[in-house]
Amino acid sequence: MSEIEKYIAPDTVSDAVKALSSGGVTILAGGTDLTPQIDAGRRRHAPTLMNIRRVNDLSGITQQKGETRIGCLTTVSEIKQSDLAPAILREAADHFASEQIRNAATLGGNICNASPAGDMINPLLVLGASVELASWKEGAMEVRREPLRRFFTGPGKTIKHDNELLTAVVFDTPGADFVGYFRKSGPRPALEISTVSVGIGGDYKDGVFHNVRVAFGSVGPTPLRGKATEALLEGQVLTAEVIDKAARAAQDDSTPIDDIRATSWYRTHLIAVFTEELLNNVCQNRT
Amino acid sequence: MSVKIELNFTLNGRPVNIEVPVDMTVLNLLRDSLDLKGTKYACGEGECGACTIEVDGMTINSCLMYAADLNGRTVMTIEGLGAGNKMHPMQQSFVDHGAVQCGFCMPGMIIQANYLVKQNPNLTREEMKRGLEGNICRCTGYTKVLDAVAAIVGAEG
Repeated sequence: MSEIEKYIAPDTVSDAVKALSSGGVTILAGGTDLTPQIDAGRRRHAPTLMNIRRVNDLSGITQQKGETRIGCLTTVSEIKQSDLAPAILREAADHFASEQIRNAATLGGNICNASPAGDMINPLLVLGASVELASWKEGAMEVRREPLRRFFTGPGKTIKHDNELLTAVVFDTPGADFVGYFRKSGPRPALEISTVSVGIGGDYKDGVFHNVRVAFGSVGPTPLRGKATEALLEGQVLTAEVIDKAARAAQDDSTPIDDIRATSWYRTHLIAVFTEELLNNVCQNRT
Repeated sequence: MSVKIELNFTLNGRPVNIEVPVDMTVLNLLRDSLDLKGTKYACGEGECGACTIEVDGMTINSCLMYAADLNGRTVMTIEGLGAGNKMHPMQQSFVDHGAVQCGFCMPGMIIQANYLVKQNPNLTREEMKRGLEGNICRCTGYTKVLDAVAAIVGAEG
């Protein structure tokens, strides 16, 4: 384990991003990923440890002008209990790790850890979310917005620069016709790193599915949007034939590997099963 | 050795002032620096719940939390649950229902069970199971644990 030379716990976002601009900083939020990664030697501490949990205004869920905003320090428990969080996000939160981890783990941390299996990422892709990245440039704070679907570049890798802090997740507040479902698989319901996760959402009105978004977890190097599946479903009546074709398209969209949790064959099988199941849920609008 | 910082927090109702290395976990602080051995180390990665404590009224895995983050917070461990030598009703219920086998998981299990009942005094058995998912008992004595919690909430076994 490498030595930490300096510890800081800023109160404001601008102080936090200013500290990042000088480099050599490890960001600490909930600690639920950082601690085991350091212990296992998969990550080393930078010279400065910055605890961002005392930063004001980075926690909580708000809705304004048709947009929902979730601060990066919002815990998974807070999302699970919030009426402002769409059902598909609450569903994923409910099956996230354990109560103790949900109480500590933050949304920003789950996203920045960039695991292909990150359970909060999948529903956010279905919601068409973007992330806000703040940095310190020429004496002022600058914020850029990037679509979440372009955020991930590989396992544990993102487009976020070292001098940037992911401050919030934003998405258009789903309308009355929106239905979205999330399903993950693992040998037990709790504390499971998903073998496969599938999320499907869109506006379902008069039997037709519009603005469809499909997301897959643990079936590629990053969380994925299922472009072929989306194209196939867009504007369609969800007949048995369409659902069957979508299940095949979902398999084409994904590139699962064999690893300690499951074989590629099994994952490919599950993707089709879950896609079919979730589309049937959409038809019946059930949980 | 990493840099040290001065911490001030409340532990089981008493103020604590201590200097800790910034990469120390709360679990190591409790067990090694403060000699409170009730909170257990088992998996060290948040899978088993043996190290469960309450911080500001929420349960967390103390093996995953940085001690540095305790500054200004309020902590309750199993040692702070009862009153002196008098057991807390949740502890008594675990004893009465034979829920304790080897006992190693019990401090975490009881802290978590107590938290669940505080959050929802009308907890159903299904909600108990969901809420205790993060606490593993290698003796696998889950039924009697649920019975012990059910007796506290008055739920049907």
